[in-house]
Amino acid sequence: MANVSIRNIRKSFGPVAIIKGVNVDIEDGEFVILVGPSGCGKSTLLRMIAGLEDITDGEIRIGPRVVNDVPPKDRDIAMVFQSYALYPHMTVAENMAFSLKLKGASQAEQKKRIQDAASSLGLLPLLDRYPRQLSGGQRQRVAMGRAIVRDPQVFLFDEPLSNLDAKLRVQMRTEIKELHQRLKTTTVYVTHDQIEAMTMADKIVVMHDGIVEQIGAPLDLYDRPANLFVAGFIGSPAMNFLDGTLEEGGLRLPSGALLPLDRRPPLQAGAKATYGVRPEHLEIVAAGTAGTIPATVAVVEPTGSDTTVIVKAEGGNLTVVVRDRVSLKPSDPVGLKPMARQTHLFDEHGQRVADA
Amino acid sequence: MTTMTESAQPRPISFAFLAQIILIMNSFIMLYPVVVMVFSAFKTTGEIFEHPFALPDFTQVQNFARVLGETSMPTYFVNSIIVTGASIILILVLGTMAGYAVARYESRTNTFILLFFLAGLMLPLKLAVIPLFILLRDLNLLDSRWSLIVTYTAIGLPSAVFIMAGFLRSLPAELEDAARIDGASEPRIMWSVMLPLARPPMAIAAIQNAVPIWNDFFFPLVFIQTDSAKTLPQGLTTFMGEYTTDWGMLFAGLTIAAAPITLLYIALSRQFIQGMTAGAVK
Repeated sequence: MANVSIRNIRKSFGPVAIIKGVNVDIEDGEFVILVGPSGCGKSTLLRMIAGLEDITDGEIRIGPRVVNDVPPKDRDIAMVFQSYALYPHMTVAENMAFSLKLKGASQAEQKKRIQDAASSLGLLPLLDRYPRQLSGGQRQRVAMGRAIVRDPQVFLFDEPLSNLDAKLRVQMRTEIKELHQRLKTTTVYVTHDQIEAMTMADKIVVMHDGIVEQIGAPLDLYDRPANLFVAGFIGSPAMNFLDGTLEEGGLRLPSGALLPLDRRPPLQAGAKATYGVRPEHLEIVAAGTAGTIPATVAVVEPTGSDTTVIVKAEGGNLTVVVRDRVSLKPSDPVGLKPMARQTHLFDEHGQRVADA
Repeated sequence: MTTMTESAQPRPISFAFLAQIILIMNSFIMLYPVVVMVFSAFKTTGEIFEHPFALPDFTQVQNFARVLGETSMPTYFVNSIIVTGASIILILVLGTMAGYAVARYESRTNTFILLFFLAGLMLPLKLAVIPLFILLRDLNLLDSRWSLIVTYTAIGLPSAVFIMAGFLRSLPAELEDAARIDGASEPRIMWSVMLPLARPPMAIAAIQNAVPIWNDFFFPLVFIQTDSAKTLPQGLTTFMGEYTTDWGMLFAGLTIAAAPITLLYIALSRQFIQGMTAGAVK
């Protein structure tokens, strides 16, 4: 096991800069998830840690060692790929033995390690099968088994669940998390799915356009997003945003409604600001109540456990999630009341306004 | 409604039936000369003309015994095996390596190299037989099996590179990344991961080149004079001159000549069908 330190990493393909100076510190045994929309450079960063991409500038350390010029096989890492990349002409056991064989491990050692990994993943009855004879979830497990047998210092996962169906994805999510809790191996995991990031990570690195937007524990990112991008990216359904102007008593919306702020922002009156509130932090009250956002119901989506109400208000559609069953109908006028101390304020540059 | 379904139903059946008939007839037309060749190999010349379609007595192997015992046929046969085998091995080894390089290692010269090889597909080497003759003479390769091996390899490489590059490109690059992380060196990746997967296109490249090389008459005719370096097609013609009247022996020789390539085809045709990449990626 080892910590991983990423210092001022840059990557360009020709004149195109993909990663523009990234710093991340990953502690020993930590489960870190790189998350961001496609094209944000998260997979490239992971491939640089793996040694599959050259580093244009900066430094990557695994443990105390700078690995910039160390080939992948000498980095003591294991990687699980999105497509699993199982060797189609080898059985499950041979797939798992390949790296051990190349390392020159004895037959007995190979057998023991494969047995151990296979039994922990429930692969024992499948050892003689070929990848084409396995289901998606089983292939996924073999790919993980291939990584486990090497007993590496760092596990790298590149969107390992995106080829699975929704139900299996949830199940594998739990399995990977359990695996990490058992092995306690440092893990770097790439995904574009923020639910995966929220549920699995010790620490989330939100990337966007080649830079790190915010690093933090999942709930820290959820409760205190550093900027509009993180606020909008983390959380599903996404956070609602309303643009307005700061006034003495709160935030004045273009329609004239005044939203009270529970903290006095360190911004001057008249400054433009964006007000953010999560769907579950909006209460639906009678239309016309003071200090609420006037809106009309557009769509009601009951999911059973809660109900998502999409309303038309100024600035477009807003989403409200309510725990109780509601008897709202489309085009009903309502008022939306943000819950106290659950709102976010961003300045005109999209940065979170420090709590006053 | 009922009349429609009734009239629509028999049509596909009759069409399939027609297709079956055409295919059966085609197989018959294709197999007929082969069968006549094999049958005639077991008959004397007299029998061939008396009962051309009759089943022969398969215990009468004197034609084969004479062809193998009294002529240079065994030498021709061995030469053909050596020349075809060596050419195919060279074509596959060089073609696969070149195809892998063209398919995987990104560089500016890649496209140029591929186009260079493809240019070879456009150019019939028979057009260049005179400069080729002079070149081989200067290299002291004329009148040896090497003259044929190098020529056939040059002819076969473009298509092999084309087939292999196209196939290797279709293999997921993540397979190589996985092998790289597992600790495999580049030659090892080629040998342990890519080559086992590349067996179907290699079989295609092998058969597609082996048949014309085995049957080639032109280059041996131009390059080879010594009897001991002759290959089967050329050998069989000299043989025809000496034994014009003995059709039985000629057919026995032809049967022997046709056997290896037919067996090779049967052995490798399984590889065509095998879908090796199933399960590589989802």
